[in-house]
Amino acid sequence: MSSSSRLRHLSVASALALTGALALVFFYAPTEADQGFLQKIFYIHVPLAIVCLCGFVAGGLLAIQHLRTGDSRWDLRSYVAIHMSLIFGVGVLITGSIWAKGSWGHWWVWDSPTLVSFLIIFLLYATYQPLRFSIEDPERQSRYASVFAIAAGAFVPMNFVAVRLSTAYVHPRVLGDTSNLPGPMALTFLISLGAFALLFLTLCMYETAAKRARAKARALKRKLSADGASAAPMRRRSAEPALGSATAANAGGRG
Amino acid sequence: MSASRTEAPAAPAQAAPAAGVPRRPPGLAGTVLALMRKELLVELRTLESVPGMALFAVSTFVVFHFALKASAIAGNLAAGVLWVTLLFAAMLGVNRLFVADAEQGGFDGFLLAPVDRSAMLIAKAGSLLLYLIALELVAVPAFALMLLGPPIWPSLPWLIVALGLADLGLAVIGTFVAALAVRTRSRDLIGPLIALPLLVPIAIGASSITAPLLSAGQQAGPPARWLLLLGLYDLVFGLIAYAVFDFLLED
Repeated sequence: MSSSSRLRHLSVASALALTGALALVFFYAPTEADQGFLQKIFYIHVPLAIVCLCGFVAGGLLAIQHLRTGDSRWDLRSYVAIHMSLIFGVGVLITGSIWAKGSWGHWWVWDSPTLVSFLIIFLLYATYQPLRFSIEDPERQSRYASVFAIAAGAFVPMNFVAVRLSTAYVHPRVLGDTSNLPGPMALTFLISLGAFALLFLTLCMYETAAKRARAKARALKRKLSADGASAAPMRRRSAEPALGSATAANAGGRG
Repeated sequence: MSASRTEAPAAPAQAAPAAGVPRRPPGLAGTVLALMRKELLVELRTLESVPGMALFAVSTFVVFHFALKASAIAGNLAAGVLWVTLLFAAMLGVNRLFVADAEQGGFDGFLLAPVDRSAMLIAKAGSLLLYLIALELVAVPAFALMLLGPPIWPSLPWLIVALGLADLGLAVIGTFVAALAVRTRSRDLIGPLIALPLLVPIAIGASSITAPLLSAGQQAGPPARWLLLLGLYDLVFGLIAYAVFDFLLED
């Protein structure tokens, strides 16, 4: 019960933070002289990107924990972090494209190393779900997925360095560096970053709770059908991590 | 595979005289050498990977000739054609690297042996490196003859350095990805999908070194930062693969 009240508090907090951040973006932050209203997308695009990349790296760290302990809950956390980061990543690419169209006149520009390296990382992580899906044994699936998450998490910073070296041009300097932002802009940016981080965390907790509930329901269903005469349904092949509790309940039901 | 099969019945007879004395397991270097020897023997007997890779590279040059409608290319375009061809040809070798072990019980035999698991990574990466060198011994001369405008001789030393550094990275990443993908149901799809994004930094570094080398006016040598980037990337990814490889063999 405490987890559900914590979830409620977190959802209220992130809704408030997002509303506050958007209010600051539109009513408090000054309009930038060079790009005008378009620059407001910076307060959404950049926090989304930072949170997304941190989520990918966190997925790798959680995967290290999974391989060290062998506890499937860490695998679930790593899976949820990467899954949510992929969803945020779609948002980053869309907002980035809109910004590029507005300020450079093209939907996609290869001159911007940040955008390009983000795309490469996104393409790499897009194979995470197919990789999981094509391994049937749940134990091996979680182990291989963790190995992938660790290597890919280490790849994130290396790729940024490599792509940044390759392009002569750099992103407009409003990006990524708060030290040269005027005060109100920096404040708005930081609050927006916090709001998106909170949103990420809340969504991750929701997904984790949903996955746990589904595993529990599946285990109960299997137990029920084992008590009846009908054969127990097999676990559907999926990319989702199999939780220890589900398999344990399954074994208990069979035995 | 066939080599170890034929030797298998002889093993108990050899072990019989020394029944009481436990044999010391071979060290890492010994294991790596034995595995590489087996790998190269299998490749020599079946000729599964290298001829296919070389043939693929030459056919790709022909395709590029018609697709680009050019008979002599130089600079950035030449570097791009060369590296795209080499990367995709390497993918062919990567895809089959572990297939025989997964399908014919090579993994089981290796896991039963009391040896360091990392030996498998080093031996496979070493074999893949040799395959890539063999591929380039065919593909680079073919490229110079068929497509390249400026002469290749003045830039050859630096080109060899770039090829070597890129091959190291290709071998390490290729082995890692091949081990990751070989137990999946759609390995031919998953392998290249994971490998290509991971190889983008190598493509960036290698083509940045190669492009000025292949242009008409000769430069003194490639900027050090690209060599450094390639070398560092090889090193870091080598360490990562070394750290996590054991978990891919754990069953």
